[in-house]
Formats: sequence, C-alpha cells, structure tokens
Amino acid sequence: MTVVNEVIAWLTDPAQWSGPDGIPVRTLQHLWYSLLATVIAGAIALPIGVFIGHTGRGAVFAINLTNLGRAIPSLGIIILVFTLVGFGIVPVLVALIALAVPPIVTNSYIGVRSVDRDVRDAAEGMGMRGRQVLWEVELPVATPLIMAGIRTSAVQVVATATLAAFVGLGGLGRYLIDGLSQRDLAQVVGGAILVAVLSLLTELVLGRVQTLVVPEGLAERGADAAVRAKVEKAA
Amino acid sequence: MISFESVTKRFGDGTTAVDNLDLEVPEGDLTVLVGPSGCGKTTTLRMINRMIEASSGRILVDGQDIAKVDPPELRRRIGYVIQQVGLFPHRTVGDNIATVPELVGWDKRRTEARVGELLELVGLPAEVRDRYPHQLSGGQRQRVGVARALAVDPPIMLMDEPFGAVDPIVRSRLQDEFLRLQQEVRKTIVFVTHDIDEAIKMGDRIAIFRQGGHLEQYAPPDELLAEPATDFVADFLGAERGLKRLALIPVSAVKAESGPVVSPDDDGQAGLTAAEAYGSDWVVVVDGDRRLLGWAHAGEAAERGRVGDAEIRPFQLQVRAEDSLRAALNAMVQSRTGVAVRVSDGDRYEGIVTLELLSKEIS
Amino acid sequence: MTDAPAPVLAAELIRWSWVGDHLDDIRGYLFQHVQLTVLAVLFGLLLAFPLALVAVRWPRTYSPVLGFTGVLFTIPSLALFILLIPFTGLSVRTSLIGLTIYTLLILVRNIVEGLRGVDPDVREAAQAMGYTPARQLLQVELPLALPVIMAGIRIATVTTIGLVTVTALIGQGGLGRLFIDGFTLNFTTPIVVGIVLSALLAFAADLALVGLQRQLTPWARSRGS
Repeated sequence: MTVVNEVIAWLTDPAQWSGPDGIPVRTLQHLWYSLLATVIAGAIALPIGVFIGHTGRGAVFAINLTNLGRAIPSLGIIILVFTLVGFGIVPVLVALIALAVPPIVTNSYIGVRSVDRDVRDAAEGMGMRGRQVLWEVELPVATPLIMAGIRTSAVQVVATATLAAFVGLGGLGRYLIDGLSQRDLAQVVGGAILVAVLSLLTELVLGRVQTLVVPEGLAERGADAAVRAKVEKAA
Repeated sequence: MISFESVTKRFGDGTTAVDNLDLEVPEGDLTVLVGPSGCGKTTTLRMINRMIEASSGRILVDGQDIAKVDPPELRRRIGYVIQQVGLFPHRTVGDNIATVPELVGWDKRRTEARVGELLELVGLPAEVRDRYPHQLSGGQRQRVGVARALAVDPPIMLMDEPFGAVDPIVRSRLQDEFLRLQQEVRKTIVFVTHDIDEAIKMGDRIAIFRQGGHLEQYAPPDELLAEPATDFVADFLGAERGLKRLALIPVSAVKAESGPVVSPDDDGQAGLTAAEAYGSDWVVVVDGDRRLLGWAHAGEAAERGRVGDAEIRPFQLQVRAEDSLRAALNAMVQSRTGVAVRVSDGDRYEGIVTLELLSKEIS
Repeated sequence: MTDAPAPVLAAELIRWSWVGDHLDDIRGYLFQHVQLTVLAVLFGLLLAFPLALVAVRWPRTYSPVLGFTGVLFTIPSLALFILLIPFTGLSVRTSLIGLTIYTLLILVRNIVEGLRGVDPDVREAAQAMGYTPARQLLQVELPLALPVIMAGIRIATVTTIGLVTVTALIGQGGLGRLFIDGFTLNFTTPIVVGIVLSALLAFAADLALVGLQRQLTPWARSRGS
C-alpha cells in the first residue's frame, strides 16, 4: 500500500476514534494544555504590555521581547524543566507560557501605544484622568492588536504543545513521538495531519473571535472617529 | 517644440481625461496648463514623457513621434519636477542630482562639476551636497528637485505644481528665482498648476482646461485677461480680472500727465490757479532740477503767499516706468491726492498717473 | 516513560567538567546548527525574491500567495518535517527543506511589504527620470525596501535557530542534540548548555544582522531612529 493509502486507513480506523488513546481524547488534552498556557500567559502578559504602553516606560524591553522570546528553544525548556521537576504538566506549561508571553506583551504595548496622539489629547483635554483614558480610550482602540497578539500566541502554543508528548504527556503529539519511535509511518503522518488541521482550525476560529470581540465601529479606518465619538459621549 | 495632434486619453473606467487636444508648445517658452481638478492638465503633461500613454492621437517632440521612442530613452531627455519632489531618500543631494548623468553614462569628473554648477544655479550652498534629503527644508528640497531635473541640460522640462508644497512666501521666492533662471536657459517648459495667479505670473502662454479635458483657450496672459473666450474662462480668471490685468501692464505703457507742477519759489496764488485749471486742490512741488519734493494744498499755498511756505507733504509711494499699473493703483489709493506720481532715477519727476488713464488702458 | 527522578538541585545545573569533556561534540553540534541555519536562510532568500517580485508585479497573486504561506506557517514545525519524510526520507535534506519553507514564508511577506512601502513619489520620479524597470528595482526600490527586508531576515534567522533544535527529533538537531542527550542521561548540563548556546547564537546573529543593516543603509544613520 502506498503511504497515502496507509495514512487514510489509519485515520479512518474507528479504533483511533475511541478510548483513552483515541484522537478525541488526545485532541482535548492538546487543547487543554494550550488553553491553560495561553490563559496564564495572557494573565501575566496583558497587564505588563498595557502598563508599558500606557506609561511608556520600558518600551525598549517590550519591543524587543518578542525577538528575545523567539530565540528560546521550547524543546530545550521542556526537557530542562522536566529533568529538574520530573514528570507532569509543569515542564510543558513553563515552556508554553514562556513562548506565549512575548507576542502578547509586544502587541499589547504597540496597541496601547499606537493610539493616535490626537485622540489621547482629545480625551485628556476633555478632562479624562489617566485611568479613564486607559479604559475608555486606549484599551478599546488597542483591542484589535491585543487580539492579534493573543491569536499569534495561541496558535504558536497549539503548535508547540505537540512537543508535550516528548516528556510523556498526552496531546496529539503522542502520535508523532510514538510513531517516530515505532517507525510507524502511517501513525506519524496521520498525527502530523491532525496536528496541522488543529492548528489551522485554531487560527480560523480565533480569527472569527477577533472580529466579534473588536468593538463596534472599530474597523481599521473608523477606529479614531469611533473612539472620539465615545470620548465625547463619556465626557 | 511639442505638438499634440488630436490627442485623447480615456481611462479604463470610461472617464475621458483629455478630449481631442490640439496644442503646440513653442520652443523656449514657458507654457502653463491650468484648470480645476479633473480637467486633464496633469494627464496631458504626463503624456509628454509617456508616463501615461495616449489613447489616440499623436504627440511630437521636435518633429519626432514619441510613441516610436523607447520610454526610458525619452525620459532621460526630459526634465521632470513634481510637487512632492520624490528625491531618493537613500542618496545624498549630490547623488540625487547625479542620477540622470549616471544613467546616460557621463564620467565622474564631468558629473561632479555639473553638480557643483547646478547647486549654484538653484541657489543652494555647496555643503548640502553631502546631506540627505530628510535633512533639508521643503524649499531646499524643491530646489534640489529642479537641479536634478536640469542635470543633463534637457531641452524640455515638465513641471507639475512644483511649488505647491511650500508656504506662500517661499513659493513666491521660488517662482521669482525660477523665472530668472528661465531667462538664462530658455528651455521649453510645460508647467501645470491649479492657481490662476501662478499661471499668469509664470506663463508666456496659458492653456486653460475645463473638466473633462477640454481646452478652452490658449493665449498669452494679457490676451487671456483682456479677451476671455468663454464664460468658463472668465469665471476661472476670477472677478478681479481687471486687477490681474493691471499687474501685467507696466506704467510706461501709459502716458503720464504733467499735472499742476510748481516750485517752492513760485507764487502761491499762481499755484492755486494752476490747480484749479487742472481740476485738483493740490499741486506737485519740484525743485530747480525737476526733483520731486512732494505735494501741497493749493489753498494753503495761496494763503501763505509762497508755495514753499506751505507744508510740503511727501508722496508715500512712487512708481517707476517698469512698475506695474497695479502698483500705480495701489499708490493712488494710498495718497490723499488720489493720483500716483511717476519718477525716474530715484526722484526725477516724470508725471502723474490717474485712475482715468488706468481705466482707459484696460477697457 | 521513566518514573519521576529525584529533583535535581539548581546548584548542579551545570557540571563544568562535563562541558570540558565534551567540547568537541558541542563544537560539532554548534557547527551543524549554524550550517543548517545559514543554508536555510540563504535558500529561503533565493526562493523568496522571485516569488516576491511576482507578487509585487501582479498584485492579484499576492493574496493567494499570502494565504497559502500563512497556512503552511501555522503547521507545527515537527509536523511539517514529518510530512516531508515520505518524500525526502529521514535525512538532512528533510530538515533543510522544512527549515527553508519556514524562512521562505517570512521572507516573501517582508520583501513584498518592503517593496510596496517604497514612497510612490520616489518611484514616479525614478521612472520619469528614465530608469528602466530592472535598474529601478535594483538601484532605487530594493535599497529603500532594505530595512523591512532586513527585519524579515532577522526574524527568519532567529526563528530558524529555534526550529533547528526541533529537528533533533528527526535525527539532526544541531544544538538540539544536547537536549536529547540530557534527556536520555537525565542530566541538566547538556540541556542548559544547549539552551544557552542557541540563545546566544540567536542574539549574535541578530546583532550581526543589525550591524549589516546599518552598513547597508547609511542614509538612515543620520536620522537617528
């Protein structure tokens, strides 16, 4: 049988779709690791990025953080923490959080920072205090970029959660790691396809979420006008 | 010389930008294309160097159909200056100016000499040569743009609102300097602007276009102002057309009247008589060498007995032969006498110019 | 998988004697790492330029190109490498192809954006002065697009340095081999060495590229931005 046929056979085998080793369970595990990591990363990164954007302090750090972050090899972190701490979800979480934080920080920073000078002036000129300017003006306008940052992180996390399998955890990466060690080409390729599809779906779904979450009237051009309107209404 | 023969330009969405244009641009003249937005003036300009291709008709440059010339070759022979200049930010001023010489293969020494020449010609200090465009002011950048266009001394220059991006004071200076330059080099220039005053100031001939690419009138400025061919042209020239015409006519075109002239030693009563004969209540006072001293109330002179004993007031403004009638009008309205006094050699009295003379001249 | 080993104290993070004993191996891995990275970025550039030029010349191709490359980029690296295996086997070629694909995606986008970002007035002036399209691209547009292109090369290089470690799972790996070694020996030293060296390599590469960019864009220097 050709590779393609083998892979199709493997994917459509009902045994794959049930039980603790089945695709559904593994997918859920995969998503669970990803969700946990992204949420924690967001909780850490968003305040930092927004703070830096709002106050302007530490800008250099924020801008370069993503570049720095790219240089850290996730696989290495996973293995290192695993060796230090042992089996469990911690190694994977640490690595994934480290991966997810930089894009969120950088994007939040840029998002808040890039609110038009004029719009900020208008808000302050109308008597808004710092915190009000932040909540009512900067954050809403920064939302598209913040969402983009979260989306980038989430997709990267989902992709990298594949490596969790290397240190004994579940997730779709299992098929890749096991398949490699068992020299089972069908499993390996089938797993790769599954992982690819999951990543794509994540990207698409989050894309939809992004369009829904972005405040009304904040289409790329209408942003400033909408915010000015909001500022006028609130003042 | 540039000829347009039944040239039309129609764009993909159906709009006609230029409609069956026949136009001849004389050699050595500065021809202005002017009109409201959408009249096709810029399109017409850009057809000359084939940045836009005509839909139909022919354009000839020095008798040659430009459609038969390779566009880059054509463009290297034509200077092009646009409003935003488009200086290459990654090259120094000197290298920017050297662009076309490099393209056509001049040797380094010749190019360097030429760059120095051009910087002087456009009134820039030699130091800017090694600076980058972003370090220059708007006015300086414009000058570099002109220098760059003149680099290989092309016989033809195309200019699209070249002075539009700077403030009015700088613009006026650039216009004056460019006119002076053109006196020296006498290139064939096609100049696009939406500003009728700039057109009148700069142009030897003016082509006025209407929306849709129709040529309304093509004439020298004074002819245009004196005899607008259509209502559109008259409207475009504006309600102050008369004043604009005055700006074009020199004082020398009008024969100044001698007016009631007296000297300080003259009898005051005689002065009053002269004034009454002329129809004014004042007299012009000059000295023995016919140098202008000022004017005086005729009545006051008569009372005092001697003209010189009355108060002799200066004329705030005087005009010379080469000044415009508009300046004369300006002098008139600022003087209690209601006339403008014409002098030569500083204060040698030549006569007075009245409103009546002005009106006769332009009507 | 093995049972949870006893946690190792931080003090034992690096046993320098091990490092000393294995300098040759480390050097070898480092060399392989650099080799893979340089080749991937170079091939990526070579392939990205023509693609980018097509996308710039025919704007309608840009969206599909971007969409397609976006999709490829979403695929986890390990999965991509594995998907190549049936075609190119378990070899360096697979790793190189996979790595090149990733650099390609980043570079195409940056080259296109860089070229598109050139001031239209400058392009107009260049054309009007009589530049042929080829010369204009080479002497005017590319130099001006350089900052954005260099940014892309930097990102691609740093990303690739990270991705090379993943290829350890399919037999190559460069410095990633140290992770595997550490994992099998249950020993932190090689892992830490691997992480530190790849991070340092990434910083060094980034700095070198920034330096290169400064060299190539003298007009931006005086701007001080």
